[in-house]
Amino acid sequence: MSDAVGHSPALIAGQRAAPRVSLRGIVVPLLLPLALALIWEGAVTGGFAEGRLMPAPSTILATLGELARSGELEVHVLATTSRVAVGFLLGSIAGVLVGAITGHFALSRRVLDPTLQALRAIPSIAWVPLFILWLGIFEASKIALIAVGVFFPVYLGVMGAIASVDRKLVEVGRIFRLNSLQLVSRILLPAVLPATVVSLRGGLGLGWMFVVAAEFMGAAEGLGYLLIDGQQTGRPDLIIAAIVVFALLGKASDALLATVARPFLRWQDSYQTN
Amino acid sequence: MLHIGHVSKAFARGGPVLADVDLTVESGESVAIVGASGCGKSTLLRIIAGLEAPSGGTVTVAGETIQAPHPAVGMIFQEPRLLPWLTVAENIAFGIAALPASERTARVHEALDLIGLVEHASKWPRELSGGQSQRVAIARALVARPSVILLDEPFSALDAITRADLQRHMRALSQRMGLTLVIVTHDLEEALILGDRVAIMQPNPGRIAKIVSVQDDGNTDAVRRELASSFIHLNGARNAAILEGAHIQYAHTS
Repeated sequence: MSDAVGHSPALIAGQRAAPRVSLRGIVVPLLLPLALALIWEGAVTGGFAEGRLMPAPSTILATLGELARSGELEVHVLATTSRVAVGFLLGSIAGVLVGAITGHFALSRRVLDPTLQALRAIPSIAWVPLFILWLGIFEASKIALIAVGVFFPVYLGVMGAIASVDRKLVEVGRIFRLNSLQLVSRILLPAVLPATVVSLRGGLGLGWMFVVAAEFMGAAEGLGYLLIDGQQTGRPDLIIAAIVVFALLGKASDALLATVARPFLRWQDSYQTN
Repeated sequence: MLHIGHVSKAFARGGPVLADVDLTVESGESVAIVGASGCGKSTLLRIIAGLEAPSGGTVTVAGETIQAPHPAVGMIFQEPRLLPWLTVAENIAFGIAALPASERTARVHEALDLIGLVEHASKWPRELSGGQSQRVAIARALVARPSVILLDEPFSALDAITRADLQRHMRALSQRMGLTLVIVTHDLEEALILGDRVAIMQPNPGRIAKIVSVQDDGNTDAVRRELASSFIHLNGARNAAILEGAHIQYAHTS
């Protein structure tokens, strides 16, 4: 939050240092996937498992290395990541805005929410033919599909959080004669920030799911394209390599979002705060 | 001067809450309003604060009718209501965001000094005790420099020692700053400490039934007896159960 009273040393004295990233924090999460990979590798090399349909991690790594050396991996990763980034940006902006409006204004909630809840129930894949007809086969339809996937969890999270902001805090704003815009920016949005971050993380996860559906709509590049390519050429190593990259990108983007949000949530009185 | 002129309030569901409440509080005076739970004390305070509109009558501060929250009127709630995402200093500065930064900083420094929390300026509200949080809430109301401060059972959630400390502190602050105070409480002891006069409300619908003057010239026991017996007479023995034993004793011995 902003330093509302300037930078007087007495007022900012004692401010906490940013939390450090510990080695344990990096190593512990890797233990399970590494252990599974080792077991898998051992099972294939020891002849206990069939490696043709389920290639060993070493084969997957070799495939990834080959893709990286040829420059293909970069192209596919860049294509998918940029689609997710743009779709996430559009979907989350719309989700926060519409969620804030419907959460704050009861009338708009009564008018908009039933329709949006009905639209939310539509399976994502049902939008594909319509988006292709409306927006064509290229980037616009893919990004629209991702944005739709991101929009709903963000909208739902923000609307629910704003509608449940403590009335007593809003009254503090009223006592100090905040106008509607100030009330939203100085009370409602900060109050719903934790819930918004959770919604954004949920939306981002859905963004990575929807990009696969989007890239199944005839993409020439992207990790979704690699999945199709692997299926059509009978290369499970390529499919699993694409899946692994999806997992890594999904985890990295979620961690990035959580890291960016953390300084803004230090005030939370949660059991994990200290 | 604060004037409550024939104020009434009825909610659409639930019927009348206040009827013909009439009270004038002089500048620099402190009036405590006591009454049983549900007699409309807090509703009256919210009307004075501009948070509720009266069904009838008017509230004026220095001749100006209160129809919405007004800069001359500050309010301290039962709970501190600090904004958890702001530090102590930022919370105190919350209501004076429109002032120039230097003025804001000076006022916050002064307020922190006044409440004895200078070293806690950069702490989060979650790191404060209940008493410290309520001090911050007091400072937040004071930095906006209102002439009238409304207190809605502000110390009821605190332990006895902290409560007594804050009551003395609030009394001293209001006298030093010449504030007009209206305190809603169900604690007669608190009413006696903070009020120059104590207005006793009677329920169904809420109205001011009696006003007792509090003097510091040695007749406190008499005042206590009068206050306690009036309270029990007006609010009934069942409601008197909320009083502390000492107060009931005064009533019984009168």
